[in-house]
Amino acid sequence: MIRQTKMTVTENISIARDIFRLRLSGDTSGIERPGQFVNLQLEGLFLRRPISVCDWDSDTLTLIYKTVGKGTNQMSGLRPGAVLDLLSGLGNGYDTGLSGDHPLLLGGGVGVPPLYALAKQLIHEGKQVQAVLGFRTGADVFGAKELSALGVETTVTTEDGSLGQKGFVTDALPKEYSFFFACGPMPMLKAVWRACPTSGQLSLEERMGCGFGACMGCSIQTLSGPKRICREGPVFRKEDLPWNG
Amino acid sequence: MERLKVNLCGIPLDNPLIPASGTFGFGYEFAELYDINQLGTFSFKGTTREQRFGNPTPRIAECPGGMINAVGLQNPGVEKVISEELPRLKAVFHKPVMANVSGFSVREYAETCALLDREEQVGWLEVNISCPNVHGGGMSFGTDPASAAEVTRAVKNVTTKPVIMKLSPNVTDITAMAKACEDAGADGISLINTLQGMRISLLTRKPILANTMGGVSGPCVFPIALRMVYQVCRAVRIPVIGMGGISSAEDVLEMMMAGATAVEIGAANLRDPLACVRILDRLPQVMDQYGIGTLKELK
Repeated sequence: MIRQTKMTVTENISIARDIFRLRLSGDTSGIERPGQFVNLQLEGLFLRRPISVCDWDSDTLTLIYKTVGKGTNQMSGLRPGAVLDLLSGLGNGYDTGLSGDHPLLLGGGVGVPPLYALAKQLIHEGKQVQAVLGFRTGADVFGAKELSALGVETTVTTEDGSLGQKGFVTDALPKEYSFFFACGPMPMLKAVWRACPTSGQLSLEERMGCGFGACMGCSIQTLSGPKRICREGPVFRKEDLPWNG
Repeated sequence: MERLKVNLCGIPLDNPLIPASGTFGFGYEFAELYDINQLGTFSFKGTTREQRFGNPTPRIAECPGGMINAVGLQNPGVEKVISEELPRLKAVFHKPVMANVSGFSVREYAETCALLDREEQVGWLEVNISCPNVHGGGMSFGTDPASAAEVTRAVKNVTTKPVIMKLSPNVTDITAMAKACEDAGADGISLINTLQGMRISLLTRKPILANTMGGVSGPCVFPIALRMVYQVCRAVRIPVIGMGGISSAEDVLEMMMAGATAVEIGAANLRDPLACVRILDRLPQVMDQYGIGTLKELK
């Protein structure tokens, strides 16, 4: 359920290289599923900035973002007490009903955050959860301890081997899992799509205009027709993505 | 509220606010957030004869005071619009809607409009002539007065509904385009469509939009839009819908003082889905502030 709401910054701190954790307090009632996102209005910028939900409860929202440009750089300067206008409860999140009893979470870089709320829900549902988190180098790593603390069997990979296993997430896939949930950059998602034999759900990213389905700025072709990443997505079924070949 | 009422080509509007095509879909996303019947009407997503996926992504870039889009007229095609979108719309919107039509040949415009002409829900046909003419060497219908007139005549031939020609600002003399449409029988003019622009990413050293260029909209284009609306209102006798960067009740009044009969609101809806109702709520208050009794007196 889409909600427009004002939320107050309670914390905004650096947790890894270029990675910040933003905590907001206010009405979170629009958020229904892990994998959904919010769209933040920032002073002086015309378009809102879509950021995936890392975690939420009845009055607190946690977002983890990477500073990659004008908007996210501006966000990193937000101080506790600042009030943000946001559209909340956007997109269609992950469906834990598909997971089977021992699902696998696959996160790449700033694609890791939405897997946290997802892991919480899967564990709450009594599932045995494994995760592989991939980063470029040790300085980029975040989220692994938090997932482990939830009871998720977590493996970290770095491309340069400076922390965890050397390689990509697809080099560290466990032997057995019932379903996969992935979020990360497009090359990683495509590699996962090819490498994982089970069914799965993947969360996609694109530059957005509105974030709620009006402008068709973020459409992709799927096997069941054109879909909007912001509305029918950002989470798509593996079987719906036309990535063959 | 009586003081907000206007008349657009013979059809009364409760107020002059019309969300612009391409920023309001077929209305449902907004109907989840507010009662869209509060609006004068809205112009639905640009519709073509055949379905179109549009351009590859990225389709959206930002600029100071606005945005650039190169969506490329993604739509399900007129037959699906009629069989699926209009029945769904009927459940949430009970006023005549403005049908926005695009085409790549004169014949395509006429065929699409002929099909929409039969639909009771459609009040006006708004004809977007900013697309390239596939039979005219890719030149846009909207940059050549003779082509614009040809489209106008072809559409007028197949419909009894008011035909509003939506002009591109990417021309040397906007009044020549407006007059050509009026002389060919247009019932109204709407302007401006987006201005051509582009952005380059310093990181990749390549254009941000997959389509390289796109259309600029948002508050940054408002003064240009206002100037063009002012010029067109003095060049033609038919009603003019003003649009381009409107984002406040003040902007609405300014556009109407330039001569517009009604206004369309575009990019503002994407930044704030409640933009139109917020503007509508504030309009009477701002009219009071400037001693404006009724909107009709601005004409």
